[in-house]
Amino acid sequence: MTFDLILFYIFGAILLGAALAMISVRNPVHAALFLVLAFFAAAAIWLLAEAEFLAIVLVLVYVGAVMVLFLFVVMMLDINLARLREGFAELLPAGLVVAAAMATVLTLVITRFIVMDVPERAGADYANTEALGAILYTEYVYPFEIAAVILLVAIIAAIALTMRRRPDTKYIDPARQIRVRRQDRVRLVSMPSSPEVSEKDRSE
Amino acid sequence: MFDWIMESFYSLPVVMQILFKITLIVAPLMLAVAYTTYAERKVIGYIQVRIGPNRVGPRGWLQPIADAVKLLTKEVIVPTNANRFLFLSAPVLAIAPALAAWAVIPFDDGMVLADINAGLLYLLALTSLGVYGIIIAGWASNSKYALLGALRSAAQIVSYEIAMGFALVGVIMAAGSLNVGEIVLAQQGSIYHWFLLPLFPLFLVYFISGVAETNRAPFDVAEGESEIVAGFHVEYSGMAFAVFFLAEYANMILISALTALLFFGGWLSPFEGLLPESVFAWPVLGWFLDSGVHWFLLKTAFFLFLFLWFRATFPRYRYDQIMRLGWKVLIPVTILWLFVLGVLVFLKVGPWFA
Repeated sequence: MTFDLILFYIFGAILLGAALAMISVRNPVHAALFLVLAFFAAAAIWLLAEAEFLAIVLVLVYVGAVMVLFLFVVMMLDINLARLREGFAELLPAGLVVAAAMATVLTLVITRFIVMDVPERAGADYANTEALGAILYTEYVYPFEIAAVILLVAIIAAIALTMRRRPDTKYIDPARQIRVRRQDRVRLVSMPSSPEVSEKDRSE
Repeated sequence: MFDWIMESFYSLPVVMQILFKITLIVAPLMLAVAYTTYAERKVIGYIQVRIGPNRVGPRGWLQPIADAVKLLTKEVIVPTNANRFLFLSAPVLAIAPALAAWAVIPFDDGMVLADINAGLLYLLALTSLGVYGIIIAGWASNSKYALLGALRSAAQIVSYEIAMGFALVGVIMAAGSLNVGEIVLAQQGSIYHWFLLPLFPLFLVYFISGVAETNRAPFDVAEGESEIVAGFHVEYSGMAFAVFFLAEYANMILISALTALLFFGGWLSPFEGLLPESVFAWPVLGWFLDSGVHWFLLKTAFFLFLFLWFRATFPRYRYDQIMRLGWKVLIPVTILWLFVLGVLVFLKVGPWFA
């Protein structure tokens, strides 16, 4: 058993354990943190397969950004566990059917690929980032660009769905605030400093 | 003598060699962190026409040691109903990425712990992990103020990371490599070859985002003491509290070091290519004027000083102003400059891209 293989089994065990814990723990914040651990283990396995770009980007995008926002939302939610478990018995048959369907599909997919030779070790000068870039911008340039456009549409849609003008809030626009000049706010009034009060003022 | 030391070093097992190198990086780093706190109090003191710490040791030089001893001997209090495991692991999660990032920092040509070819990506990934320490600390404390501070800080770090990432994309485009050492070597030639000139807007964006990422003034709303007492670390005491500070200062030094490496030529001397070669052969002055690790440390110290200067100069930003600066000013600037950079690289505008 080589050192690589031992590491693979260790990280594989962590990945499976974290994934199981993620779906079984009660506290949603703990579940999110177990998902983070699962991502780390997956990244480590990718590193072992010399796919350092994918490994680092998994940590950067999913752990560094997506899961932070996930935690952000989960921490703000006041989740009532008793209400969540309501109707568990009635929905169980439907859930089991979905689970069975998923399990079948996954087994079909995995058994097609699982028996695979161990890939050849690339040389020391192999750079995963360069190798990925080279095929992504030549052979797969159209799928890549289509994916980019779909993502862009998703971004715009998400912003359009959540942005609503609410005239009742007292929101201050910082852009307008910092553009303020002195003459917008300060008015210098010249007041005569004579002690006598005029006739007109006295009559009032 | 020197040969003998090197020979016995290379005869050690590889794990021992790596551990020895890690010690060589982390021990001076921790010392630098301790003395950055001292420098901060002194610099801000002089800016505010005070003397600053001056009681412990000559000129207060032992102040950081006294602070460390004080914090070490204090009790670590875990609040009731706090999640004990997460509460105590949050400081570790804050400091671990700040230290691990130093593995790919080259101090001189070839003087680097791990010379990996995805170095910049690794740095970006690790700096984005520091937020976990803050967010977990805020949640595990079981305190409203801590949670609010954590949420503020998480939103801020995630927002500024985008601008930071785009600024780094510019550096990658200019250098044509993800390896930090090669990025520095791409700036070789003279002071005009440094990426400061072609990437000037990206340098500004990077440094501003760096200040925001480390939650330093003027972007320190995460700890805004007038609003939420101290933010995410309000429930921490003793060494657990100190570790958050170590992480913050280690991150400041890291951002300063990265700015020096990516935009200011790292260990390259500013006199390179300006003075005749014979000057560098002079006994002591020549060594100083030539490229070397001392230039890297000097540049890092300069940016570290800027952090302290900012803190003494600028009033704190309001939260919505921080968000506006990040999303509506810095990100458009980076995207625009990436287009300009693309044109510059395509037309091979010299001396940088020739």
